[in-house]
Amino acid sequence: MYYVERPKGIRSAARRFVEERVSNRLSAHLEDRDPDYLREALPLLWLISTFYFRAEVRDIGNVPADRPALLVGNHSGGNVIVDTFIFSLAFSTYFGVERPFHQLAHNLAIAWPVAGDLLRKSGTISASHENAEQALAAGAPVLVYPGGDWETHRPSWRGNEIDFGGRKGFIRLALEAGVPIVPVVSIGGQETALFLSRGTRLAKTLRLDKLVRLKVLPISLGLPWGLNVGDFAGHLPLPAKITIEVLPPIDLEREFGPDPDVDEIYAHVTAQMQEALDGLAAERRFPVIG
Amino acid sequence: MRINESTLVAAPPETIWNYLADPENYLRFMSGITHWEVVGDRVNGLGARYRILVRIGAAEVGGLIEMVEWSEPFDIAWHSVTGVDHRGRWRIREHGEGRSRIEFRFAYGVVGGGIAGVITELAAALTVRRQMRRTVRDLKRQVEHEQRRLEAERRRAARQAARA
Repeated sequence: MYYVERPKGIRSAARRFVEERVSNRLSAHLEDRDPDYLREALPLLWLISTFYFRAEVRDIGNVPADRPALLVGNHSGGNVIVDTFIFSLAFSTYFGVERPFHQLAHNLAIAWPVAGDLLRKSGTISASHENAEQALAAGAPVLVYPGGDWETHRPSWRGNEIDFGGRKGFIRLALEAGVPIVPVVSIGGQETALFLSRGTRLAKTLRLDKLVRLKVLPISLGLPWGLNVGDFAGHLPLPAKITIEVLPPIDLEREFGPDPDVDEIYAHVTAQMQEALDGLAAERRFPVIG
Repeated sequence: MRINESTLVAAPPETIWNYLADPENYLRFMSGITHWEVVGDRVNGLGARYRILVRIGAAEVGGLIEMVEWSEPFDIAWHSVTGVDHRGRWRIREHGEGRSRIEFRFAYGVVGGGIAGVITELAAALTVRRQMRRTVRDLKRQVEHEQRRLEAERRRAARQAARA
């Protein structure tokens, strides 16, 4: 005999329905990745990357071909992270859509109606230590942006600076998982709009850090809004030339010994990335045009 | 999308065949190619597999290919196994007076329908055609160089035999 729990009322059933929908939208899992969907999305990504952003991804062969790795990138472009899509395109065409690849993203990015679905199906998972560990344990390279919202909303005139805001969780993650760190340095994202301020004081005043884990409420000038506060609805990115360079893997145990100092690794990784970013910046002659 | 490029080469089919049968040569004459790597035990011949990558626009595009036709010295054809769906063929035919015509045929399809798929195929065709033209031109140059080297070697051998 089966016992079926009946809803106690229309109101509680409706609440459960909404809660399920909201929690589904606010999370993404490894199994949400859909290689066929990704394969069909690649032509459009290629068109936009090639002709709109004149994108160039260098040395993607530095990503280990046969083992997991933690890819560490500098985050740019506000909430419209074009360099992530360009990197995903390069990864999928180089290694094939069959090779699992995951990116960590803030729950708010995943919650977007259309872009969120695209992110999920292209391998984006909710940003958490456990999710990243799970993906690495499954043998997939994982792309993280330690700087997160702090770095991606930095003012445009600081676009050529690596600024992780002292966040070192990625190092502990790589050490625990025993995987190398592969720095992924990108330039051009901070020219897709004119980012004016992170709006940290505004975010604190509105208690956003407590409510939705947001320490910033960025202010920018971007299409089509003009003055854009929060960038919650995104913006139409300017056609800035995006260049991404993948640096050689850093084997933490080999380079820093069996009991490595996290601060030392942090200084090393950020210094290497800054050096590469300076090199990319030196190649650019004009903002946006590249 | 299907693209053909052809040219006349001052060499017999056998010289062209020997050049095309060696996978090490592909990085030397194929324009835009960044990888041509043997996968598995077979270096060439029917069933040989290679991982190839070609830079087209913002991405290195390619995947695993398998040789599906190997008719010495006339035809080499391959199909994609993974990556971008495509077929390729080298067609070599004798053209008299020690010359041959080589034809490079390449057909590819972009997965995903709609306008974006059609535009992508057309846009990629501009680059693919340009790279195929360069490839055929460089192949002609290298094979003709190889042919001159072989003829010089034969003349030297003949002179040495006459002296002996």
